[in-house]
Amino acid sequence: MLTLTCPCCGVSGEETEFHAGGEAHLKRYGPGSSDNDFEGYLFMRENPKGVHFERWRHVYGCGKWFLAARCTATLEVFGTYPAQTTEPPQDIKDKITAKRPGWSWRDFA
Amino acid sequence: MSTRLQSKGRLVDTTQPMEFRFNGKRLKGYAGDTLASALLANDQMLMGRSFKYHRPRGAVASGAEEPNALVNLGQGGKFEPNQRATTTELFEGLYATSQNHWPTLEFDVGAVNAALARFLPAGFYYKMFIHPRPFWKYVYEPFIRQSAGLGKAPKERDADTYEHFYFYADVMVIGGGIAGLTAALEAGRAGARVLLVEQTAHWGGRAVVDGAEIGGKPAEDWVAETVAELAAMDNVTIRARTMGAGVYDHGFILAYERLTDHNPETSGPRHRLWRVRAKQTISATGAIERPLSFAGNDIPGVMLAGAVRDYLVNWGVSIGDRTVVVTNNDDAYRTAIALHRAGLRVPAILDARASGGGALADEARAAGIRVEAGRAIAKVKGGKRVEAVEVCLQAGEGAVLETIPCDAVAMSGGWSPVVHLWSHCGGKLLWDTELAMFRPDPARAPTGSDGLGFVAAAGTANGHLGTSAVLADAQSAGRAAAKATGAKPKTGKAPQSNDADEAPIEPVWLMPQGAGDALRMKAWLDYQNDVKVSDVQLAAREGYESVEHAKRYTTLGMATDQGKLSNINGLAVLSGALDQAIPVTGTTTFRPPYTPISMGAIGGSARDGLFQPIRKTPIYGYHVDQNADFEPVGHWRRPYTYPRSAETVHDAVNREVVNTRANIGLLDASTLGKLIVKGPDAGRFLDMMYTNMMSNLAIGKCRYGLMCSENGFLSDDGVVARIDEDTWLCHTTTGGADRIHAWMEDWLQCEWWDWKVYVANVTEQYAQVAVVGPKARKLLEKLGGMDVSKETLPFMQWADGTLGGFPVRVYRISFSGELSYEIAVPASLGRAFWDRLVADGEEFGLMPYGTECLHILRAEKGFIMIGDETDGTVIPQDLGLNWAISKKKDDYLGKRAQEREHMVDPKRWKLVGLETLDGSVIPDGAYAVAAGKNANGQRNTEGRVTSTYYSATLKRGIAMGLILNGPDRMGDVVEFPKVDGTSVKAKIVDQVFYDKAGEKQDV
Repeated sequence: MLTLTCPCCGVSGEETEFHAGGEAHLKRYGPGSSDNDFEGYLFMRENPKGVHFERWRHVYGCGKWFLAARCTATLEVFGTYPAQTTEPPQDIKDKITAKRPGWSWRDFA
Repeated sequence: MSTRLQSKGRLVDTTQPMEFRFNGKRLKGYAGDTLASALLANDQMLMGRSFKYHRPRGAVASGAEEPNALVNLGQGGKFEPNQRATTTELFEGLYATSQNHWPTLEFDVGAVNAALARFLPAGFYYKMFIHPRPFWKYVYEPFIRQSAGLGKAPKERDADTYEHFYFYADVMVIGGGIAGLTAALEAGRAGARVLLVEQTAHWGGRAVVDGAEIGGKPAEDWVAETVAELAAMDNVTIRARTMGAGVYDHGFILAYERLTDHNPETSGPRHRLWRVRAKQTISATGAIERPLSFAGNDIPGVMLAGAVRDYLVNWGVSIGDRTVVVTNNDDAYRTAIALHRAGLRVPAILDARASGGGALADEARAAGIRVEAGRAIAKVKGGKRVEAVEVCLQAGEGAVLETIPCDAVAMSGGWSPVVHLWSHCGGKLLWDTELAMFRPDPARAPTGSDGLGFVAAAGTANGHLGTSAVLADAQSAGRAAAKATGAKPKTGKAPQSNDADEAPIEPVWLMPQGAGDALRMKAWLDYQNDVKVSDVQLAAREGYESVEHAKRYTTLGMATDQGKLSNINGLAVLSGALDQAIPVTGTTTFRPPYTPISMGAIGGSARDGLFQPIRKTPIYGYHVDQNADFEPVGHWRRPYTYPRSAETVHDAVNREVVNTRANIGLLDASTLGKLIVKGPDAGRFLDMMYTNMMSNLAIGKCRYGLMCSENGFLSDDGVVARIDEDTWLCHTTTGGADRIHAWMEDWLQCEWWDWKVYVANVTEQYAQVAVVGPKARKLLEKLGGMDVSKETLPFMQWADGTLGGFPVRVYRISFSGELSYEIAVPASLGRAFWDRLVADGEEFGLMPYGTECLHILRAEKGFIMIGDETDGTVIPQDLGLNWAISKKKDDYLGKRAQEREHMVDPKRWKLVGLETLDGSVIPDGAYAVAAGKNANGQRNTEGRVTSTYYSATLKRGIAMGLILNGPDRMGDVVEFPKVDGTSVKAKIVDQVFYDKAGEKQDV
C-alpha cells in the first residue's frame, strides 16, 4: 500500500486516503478534432515499466487533485505536484533524471 | 511409543494439568503444552491423513512449518478447520478432531489411493479428466469435488470478535529469538520507536532449546534479562503470540496477534490484526530445517531433528525409546546428544557426509553413540509407526547393509533461512553454495517510496548459523535500522557465545543419491499434498521446466504450509532433473501471509452494523415507525413501500400508486443529490457539464438536464434551478451525488482551473419532500404562508417562502406526471415538517409512498431512470432525448464522442414503450428475439427491456425497452422469451402511457 504526500495540504497518507485517477497530462480533444486525436485522448494510454505520471485525488482529505511521478517497477515516488499544469515541473524532472538517467515519457524527458 | 519423560520439559507446568479431547478420546496434558506435544505425550503419533493418498501422518515439525498435524478445532460457532497442532497451545477442555479420513483416522478407505499411487502421478488430473468431454460435468467434477479440500468449512456463525489495530514504528522487529531481541535492544537503546513481535508464546527461539551460552551465561538467563530490559523501555512495544504476517509496499506490515486462542474463556477479541507502518523492518525470523528425501520419510515417527529436540527439551516428550539420527550437517548431532543425555537410546547417527562431522560428532562418539559416516537411509520400515530403518551407502543405489530396529527417525537436511518476509515486497535472494541455502541479498533489498531499502534480515534469517555470528549480525542490523530513522545507536561489542567448530554441510537432495524408481516413489517432498521426488522428476521430463510451472503441475508447495518444508528440496530435485544449478531454477514467489490468518482477523470489527455505514435521511425514523419495507440505494436505506397490517408488498405498492394519482402521495426525496454551483463562470461551466444550455436559464426557473461522460454515454440526470445571477442548484440522482460532485471538481481543478466556480455538495443539508397528487395544492394552502397557485408558482419554477411556519424552498417539478411540489427544508426540520404534512394531509387522503411506487409512476409517464434505461453504453439520442441536447453549443462533455460513427449508426436500439398483448408483465431483463441464429447458435436479438412494471393505474403490464428501429415500428409486435420456455408478446407503442399531453402536472 503506497504512501503519498498531497502537495496541496502537505499531508502524507496511505493509499486508502487517496484515489487514483489514471494518466496525467492528457490533452483534451473536443468537437472538431480528428478521429485519431480523439481516440488518443480517450483511449490510448502509456503502460511503462518505470517512470510514470499519474493523477491522484486526496479524496479523504483536502479533496484536491494532484499529480504524482513515480516508478511503476519499484514504486518509488519521485515527487507530487499540483494538477494545475500541463507538464511536470523542472525540479521533479531533475529528480527523476538523477535517479533514472535517460528516462523519457511521452514528450517529456 | 511416544511418551512424557520424568524431566517434563522447560515449558510445561506440571502443577496445571489439563484435560482435552481428540477424536472423542479424553486425554491429559499440562499448561505450556502444544496440542502436538500433548498428543505425543499420550502416544497419539497418528494425527491426520494426507491429501491425495490418505497416508497416515504424524507431526514432522514442532512449529509453524508443520504440514501434517492439521486438526479441526472447537465446535459450533468456534469450529475452525486446518489448525496446526504444533502451534495450538493447550487449554482446559480443548476439543479437536482429525481431518481427511473416512470412516476413522486409524482405518481409512481412501488409503486405497496409495495402492494406486503408480497410476496417480503428477498431472494425473489434467491428463485423465480431459476426455470424454461430457464426463466432466456428471462424473469427474462431482468426484473431484467429493475428494477435494482438507478440513470442512464451518457451518455456524463465528462466535468470536476480532479487531484491527494501527501502529506506527520507526523500527519493527519480527521474530523474538536472540537475533530479534538483540536488534530490538539496539534500536530501543538508540531511542527509536520499536515494535518487536514473536509468533510463539515464548522468547528466545532455538538458542534456549539448544542451551547456548551468551556472554558467559545460559541463553535462558540472557533472554529473560533482555526481555525485561525491553519491557522497561517506554519507546519499545513487545508482543508475543504475534506473527509478522506480511510486508507490503512502503513499509506497511501486517502482524497477527492471537489474544485468546490459548485461553478461550478470556473476554475480548480473539485475534487482532496489527496494521503497522514502519520506517525500517528487521526480519529476524530464523530458519526452518529441511527434511531428507528417503523412502518412507513420511511415516509417523520420522521427524525433523530440531523438532525431536524441541519436544524433548521444551515439553519433556520422547518420540520413541530408540531414535536413529540421519543428517548431512552437524546440527542434528545436538539432537543425538540431547536424547542420550535424557537417557534415551540413539542406535546410530547416519551421517551422509563421507568425511563425517566436526566437534559435535566427536562429542557424540565420546558419549558412546555409534556414528556412521557416508551412510544413508534406504528405506524406513513401518506403516502407522516407524519399526526400523534399512541402512545403505549415501553414494550407492540403496543396497541394504543393515537393518536397525527403532521407534523414531530424526532427520536433518540442513537449515533454510526464513526469507518470506524479506521476499514479500521484492527482496532478492542469493544461493550460498557453501551453506547450501538461499539467503537475502543485502544489495537487493525491498525498496520504499524513497527508493531505499526498508527491510533488513538479521541473524539466522540472514544466513548466520553460529550464535556469536547471529548476535553480531543482529546488533549491526538493529543499529543500522535505528540510524536510518534518525536515531543515534550506541557503540560496543555484541556478546560472544561458545560455538562449537562445525564441519561444513554437504547438500543431500536424494537419499541415497542413486535411489531407483521404487525408492523415489516413496520419498516425499510435500507431505500434505503427497508430492514425491518421482513426481517432480516426471514434471521436468514432461517439460515443466519453470519452477512456477512445476509447482502448479505437481502441486508442490501449494498446501496450507505453502512449501515451508518442501520448496527448497523440490526445486533442488527439479534442478537435478534439468541438470542446472539451483539458482538458475530459482524459487517460487513468497506471498503473504507467512502462515494462514483467520478470516475474522481480516474483517476485524467490520461486521453487522459496522460493516458499512448506513446513511439515513432526517425522516428515517418515521419510515422505521411505519415498518416500511426498506431497500438499499447506495449507502442509503430508502422505503421501498409502506405495507399496512396484512398487506403484501405488491398490494402496498399498488395502493400507493392509485392513491397518489387520486389524492396525495408523500415521498422522502432527501437522498436526491443537491450541488450548489456558484461563481462568475458557473453558467459557462454548467454548459460544459450538461448536454443542454443552463447559462440561459432564467432566475427562478427549473430545467431538466442530462450529463454525459467524455465517451458520450449518459451518466446522470436531474433538474437544475437558477437561484441567482451566479448561483445554480443542480439535482443529481440519489446514487450520483458524490460521483457528480467529484466529476465537477475534477474538471474544475484539472482542466479549467482558471474558471471561477465553486461547487458545494449540500445533499445532507436539506430534507426534501415530494408532495404529489391532484390534492397537493390544497394541502399546502391549508398549511399556508406562501402563494402556491399556478399563477404565482407555475410548473418548472421554484420559490422561497414559508409553509406552516417552516422555512421552505418549493420546486414545481414532477417525476410522476401529477401536480407536484418538491419542498426542501433545513435537515434539522425535516422530520417535523414531514409529520406536519402527514397530520394535515389526512383529510385529503395523504399516504406516504416508497421507491417502487416512484418507479411505477415515472414509468407510466415514460420518464427514464439512470441505471434502468442507461447502463454505460446508452447515449441520450438512444432514448429520444434529442430535445435536451443543445444544438447551439460548440462543446459539452460527450459531444465529440456522440459524433463517432458507431454513435450515429441508425441501427442503434432506441427507446419505445411496450404493451403486452395479454396484459402480463414482461420479466426484468428480457430480450426481444429476431429471426435466425448467430454464429454461436443462439437466437438473434433485436432489443431488450429496460423497465417493466405492473401499472396499477392502467391495470396491466407496461414496459420500456430499447428496440431496433423501435420508433419507426409503432404497432409492431415483438417477442420476449421467458426462462420457463414460453414467451410474451408485446406491441411497440409510445413510451408515455399516462397523460400523454402532460396536462396533469401543469395545473
